[in-house]
This record gives sequence, C-alpha cells and structure tokens, in this order.
Amino acid sequence: MSEQPIDRYRRRLLGGAVAAGTLTLAPGLFLHRLAEAKPDADPVTSIIRWGLLVDTNRCASNCTACVDACRDEHGWTGHDRPRSDAQWIRKVELRDPATGREVSLPMMCQHCAKPPCVDVCPTGASFKRADGIVLVDKHICIGCRYCMLACPYKARSFIHEELSHQKPYSPRGKGTVEGCTLCVHRIDVGQEPACVEACTADGRGALLFGDLNDPKSAIYQALAEHPSTQVRADLNLDLGVRYRGL
Amino acid sequence: MRHLLPALLLLLAALPATAAAPADGSRVPLPAIDAGPGEQCVEPVEFMRRNHMELILHQRDETVHRSIRTKRYSLRNCINCHAVDAGGQPVSLDDPEHFCVSCHRYAAVKPDCFQCHSGEPEPGVPGVVGAGAWSRGLAANASRGVKP
Ligand code: HEC
Ligand code: HEC
Ligand code: HEC
Repeated sequence: MSEQPIDRYRRRLLGGAVAAGTLTLAPGLFLHRLAEAKPDADPVTSIIRWGLLVDTNRCASNCTACVDACRDEHGWTGHDRPRSDAQWIRKVELRDPATGREVSLPMMCQHCAKPPCVDVCPTGASFKRADGIVLVDKHICIGCRYCMLACPYKARSFIHEELSHQKPYSPRGKGTVEGCTLCVHRIDVGQEPACVEACTADGRGALLFGDLNDPKSAIYQALAEHPSTQVRADLNLDLGVRYRGL
Repeated sequence: MRHLLPALLLLLAALPATAAAPADGSRVPLPAIDAGPGEQCVEPVEFMRRNHMELILHQRDETVHRSIRTKRYSLRNCINCHAVDAGGQPVSLDDPEHFCVSCHRYAAVKPDCFQCHSGEPEPGVPGVVGAGAWSRGLAANASRGVKP
C-alpha cells in the first residue's frame, strides 16, 4: 500500500523538530526594551495606564514614518480604495485659516478611558484592557461596525477582503473591525509600539510612549511640565493619546 | 448482482487499510502515526489529539483579554513547532501536508482560525530557515507597487 499522507507530514514534522536543535535565534529581535517587561504569566493590571504623547512641533508634514511602520508591523496592505481600506493610523494636516499656522499630526485610536466603541458593541468584542488599551477581540467581533460609527476619531476600519500571508503576531481577517492596538503584542514583551520606535529612529522623537499613572515615567513628567491637549476634550472621554502644540 | 457482491467484499477487505482500526480502544479510527522518540509536544500526544482545541481556545481568551502570553498553549507556538518541514522550511497552509490542515481535512473539520492567523512559523524561530510565504507575499506586493 502506498504511503499515507498522514505519515508524510509526520515525517516532516519530526525531521523539522530534529533540525530545530541546530539553529540559533535571529539576533536583534528585541531592540527597544522598556524598563521592565511584564512576566508572560501575569495578567495586565490597572496599575499601569499606557499612553502616548504626540509633540506636533516635531512632527513634519511630509513624514509618514509612523504610518509606514504601523503598516509594516501589522501588514495592512491597501487595495487602492481609500474610502474602505484598512487604516490604523493616518496623518492629518491642520491649517488655521486666521493665522495660516499649519500643524501635522498622526491620528489613531485615542484609547479613551470611557470608550464609546465599547458602549455600543453588542457582543463585548470591543473592550478596554485593564491597562487602558482599547481593543477589538476579533474572535467575538461580528462585523456590525457600530463601533466605527460611534468613534469620534474615525479610528477603526473594517476588513472587506479575504486575506492571506498575515503577520504571525498580528492576525487579521475578513468581516471584522480593527484599529490601533498600541502594539499590545510588543508592549506585553517590553517593547515600544512600532510607530514610536520608527519616529525615534528617524530622529524626530515626536512620539513619547509610557505609563500615564507612573510619576517617574517620561510621559508623566512631560505632561506635568508642558500644556497638552486632548482632541475633542469636550466629549470627556479621558484620552490615552495627548497632543502638544495643537 | 453477481458482479456486485465480490466488489463489495473487496471493498470491505480494503477498508481497514485506509482507515486504521482503533488501536487503543478509542471510538474513532485514527490516522496511523508512529511516535518518534525524543521530541515532545506540550502535552502527551493522546491528550493533544483529543483536547488541543480546548487548550488553544482557553489560551486565546487569556491572551487577548488578560494579556497572558505564556508560550506553552499559544497558537503561535504550536505553529512555530508544527509548520516546519524536515529541511527547516516553513510549510504553507496551502500545502496539504500542513500539520493542522492535513489532520483537519482527514477529520473533516474546518476551524476558521487561519482566516486570520498565519499558519506559518515566524522568521527567526529556531529551526526555520527561509522567510515564510507571508513575507514573500509582501515582497510580491511591493514589486507590484502595492505599499506593504
Ligand atoms: C516543542 C514543539 C511542539 C510544540 C510547541 C507543540 N507541539 Fe504538538 N507535537 C510535537 C511533536 C514532536 C509531536 C509528535 C509527538 C509524538 O508523536 O510523540 C506532536 C504531536 C501533536 C499532536 C498529535 C498528532 C498525532 O500524532 O495525532 C497534536 C494534535 C498536536 N501536537 C497539537 C499541538 C498544538 C495544538 C500545539 C499548541 C498548543 C502544539 N502541538 C505544540 C511538537 C510540538
Ligand atoms: C477575525 C480574526 C481572527 C480569527 C478568525 C481568529 N483569531 Fe485568534 N487572534 C486574533 C487576534 C487579532 C489576536 C490578538 C493577537 C495578539 O494580541 O497578539 C488573536 C490571538 C489569539 C491567540 C493568542 C495568541 C497566540 O498566538 O497564542 C490565540 C491562542 C488564538 N487567537 C486562537 C485562535 C483560534 C483557536 C482561532 C480559531 C478557532 C482563532 N484564534 C481565530 C484574530 C483572530
Ligand atoms: C490528530 C488530528 C489533528 C491535528 C494534528 C490537529 N487537529 Fe485540530 N482538530 C482535530 C479534530 C478532530 C477537531 C474537531 C473536534 C471536535 O469537533 O470535537 C479539531 C478541532 C480544532 C479546533 C476547534 C475548532 C472550533 O471552532 O471549535 C481548533 C482551534 C484546532 N483544532 C486547532 C488545531 C491546530 C492549531 C492544529 C495544529 C497545531 C491542529 N488543530 C492539529 C484534529 C486535529
């Protein structure tokens, strides 16, 4: 009798397992480590509240390093359909008609403490993690898109197409809503979000990531020292993303 | 009728060869698999065959909602170990020999996990030589002018 497919994949598996011992990890996996990474087995707590400070004075209108880095990290390829393409972060240019002053800034999920997207979600897929990060649990998401309508920042998008070749650490699929995750998969292992890393690497340093609850953190001190703005502060959503120079 | 009966008998005789009879008193016929020495799964194989889905589904909620990122029952970890062939090359989901896919086909189940999750090991994982199809796919997109 001919060899069964099951036997063949088995052999590949075992052969592969043997080969595993002889190769080493690629270097440079963890470039930017935060002070301390959470132990893998510990759940998140509300002791920490992650936040982001955008210094618009340092943000250049022609620069899309943060957007590109996010695309690379999460693999949200466009289909040349700007109105419906996935968009986790975008650059916004503002111009004050009275003074002519121009400001450029990245806009993404503001990680509200009181997120409207969570209020309207019928399944509980839209939720806020204990550390303040607002996420979509795509396993529960039914694709109704109420959250997209509820979001004042237009921060979420919907996947219309079947996808393949997703990034292993950023699963994405048709029929679900998505948005900035503040790179939970990186934060949880002690790295900064990809956009922050890229902005720093570019020498601009317009993005500062850290713990809004920790008086010793750079972001806490920067917020204490200089005035900053929450976009649409009138909505009282208590945002995790703050802007300086708006 | 005279032709049919021998044909039927032949078919019956051939059956145990294609679907191996339950060896250990289990109710379902299992694919014939011999356990290699040394390398191990995260739990005993017999347990994994029946319960792997419970482990991953539990881990899923723990990771997404509570940020528990232990490796042992992580889906990425399963893939990093299981979707690599003898040459250290990633095995694609389109490959009928992909560990998870091949057995799910055999068992006629179709979990939706791989609509979102990559079925290929991460580059940089010990044992994986080449870049997986997902990065090749992105490269192909780039050459077509689609921004990655
Ligand atoms: C360290 C590498 C490794 C990891 C990680 C791993 N496995 Fe395994 N797994 C193996 C090996 C090797 C075998 C075969 C063991 C044997 O036959 O003795 C196996 C066997 C299995 C089997 C039984 C297949 C059969 O023979 O019928 C299943 C099902 C399975 N694994 C699922 C999983 C799942 C699901 C995960 C993730 C939670 C996982 N494995 C993680 C190495 C691994
Ligand atoms: C609609 C897209 C989607 C589908 C379908 C999906 N997942 Fe996920 N899954 C995700 C996202 C997004 C994450 C979060 C990744 C992170 O935070 O690292 C995730 C994380 C996980 C994790 C934790 C990370 C890991 O690799 O261990 C597990 C386990 C998991 N999913 C299991 C499953 C299983 C099992 C199925 C199929 C029954 C499934 N998922 C189907 C999107 C999906
Ligand atoms: C030995 C054969 C076998 C292998 C190998 C196998 N599976 Fe399964 N899997 C099954 C069977 C059979 C079911 C359906 C069980 C049921 O419906 O009760 C199943 C169901 C599942 C489910 C549950 C789907 C749902 O929606 O409830 C998940 C998730 C899953 N498998 C993931 C995996 C992953 C990931 C791998 C590869 C690492 C894998 N399986 C390898 C046989 C296998």
